[in-house]
Amino acid sequence: MDDFYKENILDHYRNPRNAGTLENPTYTHESHNPLCGDVIRVDLHINEDNLVDKVTFEGKGCAISQASASMLTEMIEGKSLDEVKQISKEDILELLGIPIGPVRMKCALLSLKALKAGVYGVEEFDLEEDEDW
Amino acid sequence: MYDPNIIRQDFPILHQQINGKPLVYLDSGASSQKPASVIEAMNEYYRRYHSNVHRGIYQLSEKASAAYETARKKVGRFINARSWREIIFTRNATESINLVAFSWGQTNIKAGDVILTSEMEHHANLVPWQQLVARTGATLKYIPVSEQGYLDMAAFDEMLGPQVKLVAITQMSNVMGTITPIGDIVQKAHAVGALVLVDGAQAVPHMPTDVQAFDCDFLAFSGHKMLGPTGIGVLWARKEILADMPPFMTGGDMISRVTFEGSDWNELPWKFEAGTPAIAEAIGLGAAIDYLNELGMPNVRRHEIELTTYAFKRLGQVEGIRLYGPPEPTARGGAIAFSLGNIHPHDVAAVLDGEGIAVRAGHHCAMPLHDKLGLTATTRASFYVYNIPEEIDRLAEGLDKVRELLG
Repeated sequence: MDDFYKENILDHYRNPRNAGTLENPTYTHESHNPLCGDVIRVDLHINEDNLVDKVTFEGKGCAISQASASMLTEMIEGKSLDEVKQISKEDILELLGIPIGPVRMKCALLSLKALKAGVYGVEEFDLEEDEDW
Repeated sequence: MYDPNIIRQDFPILHQQINGKPLVYLDSGASSQKPASVIEAMNEYYRRYHSNVHRGIYQLSEKASAAYETARKKVGRFINARSWREIIFTRNATESINLVAFSWGQTNIKAGDVILTSEMEHHANLVPWQQLVARTGATLKYIPVSEQGYLDMAAFDEMLGPQVKLVAITQMSNVMGTITPIGDIVQKAHAVGALVLVDGAQAVPHMPTDVQAFDCDFLAFSGHKMLGPTGIGVLWARKEILADMPPFMTGGDMISRVTFEGSDWNELPWKFEAGTPAIAEAIGLGAAIDYLNELGMPNVRRHEIELTTYAFKRLGQVEGIRLYGPPEPTARGGAIAFSLGNIHPHDVAAVLDGEGIAVRAGHHCAMPLHDKLGLTATTRASFYVYNIPEEIDRLAEGLDKVRELLG
């Protein structure tokens, strides 16, 4: 368990980066985790150069979901919209740097789901869409 | 090499005496026996990692969840589904068909629509449609079946039309044994825009199944007829159809979000699995599929053709017997209904029981078919992976005894 709650995860959990909401987000979306009731909203502002100049998240959830949301917002600042659309499940797992089992996977990916649903303009973004097997 | 004498050793229940005689179990069409590996898999779960699935953040629950979901994938592969998300666990084939009749039927069937089924359906694939048409004002029509148990495909062609929204058909009759031409039925039904539900309760345990080759839309079957436990069944349907269907039962595990005002549904397949599922039973079914894969479904089918061929020859020698269904073993499964003169099937079965032989007597949940054949009941012997020709000899000798006693 010590490995699971590593120092950088606890740091992001205790001092979340980009916490809050935006007044005029270009994209905003809230996603839910049916397993534990966690909620995360991600707001994104895109400037005239098509780059993310402001991003925030707000929500409640476990240390893993909060830390991954904090890390995700930090990662996408300054990125182009196209680059944001390319972010994958694997990118998040790499950011976290700890083994994530099937049960905690939804916690780890909740902020990415909200982000993707927002930028793609869909109600639900299924990150495991192609995982038929 | 497929050797039923070796296979029998894996089934603890078969090694016992009934009325002082070795058990001859010829009622697998009603429910099959279980190999030790299935019983052990369920035992292992209860002894070592029982816990609820899907929400536990602890090792036992993660293991239980993984085992439950692995069983789903085994089922999906076994019938060649496109995705494990197309596999819904239910209690049995009956519940699977009811799920479709309520969830899909209630939203897609309207007054004036027609549902086609056949005259040789099990009540499970008949009563839910009678109820659906009563609720919606649609019409239920029956594809005729010949004396020998063949579907009247010319009549089917004539019954098809734009009003037909669903064809609900057995893949293998549990009375006549008939294997129906699913591929042909699906092609013709799709041509008029109708969907096809296949009742695979008898066929899936006994022959290779490939839903992509069938090209059907729904497939229902039960675990307990295919070496698995009771209490677990399967509904397979195309993902895009399932996605548009409302939930059948509602409650825990099938939601993504609940407020006092309303609820959102979980993803497939969990949208259709409200409440704590039959976890041990799903794991048992997974073990049953492992066992069947080990045997090889083409071998299972071949063994059954051999037994059916022998049964028609050997039972055909019994005086006064009438065997129902197609006489051609490759056109049918190994469930053989018969009558013996005017002796009531209950008397036949009771005398056979005295000889240690288990067969079924009655209407086999197909009363309309028996009405059509002018019968109140029949006796049925049905075979599976562990049956041997010697048991058919025992049945034939038992029937001679019945005749001596009551004929």
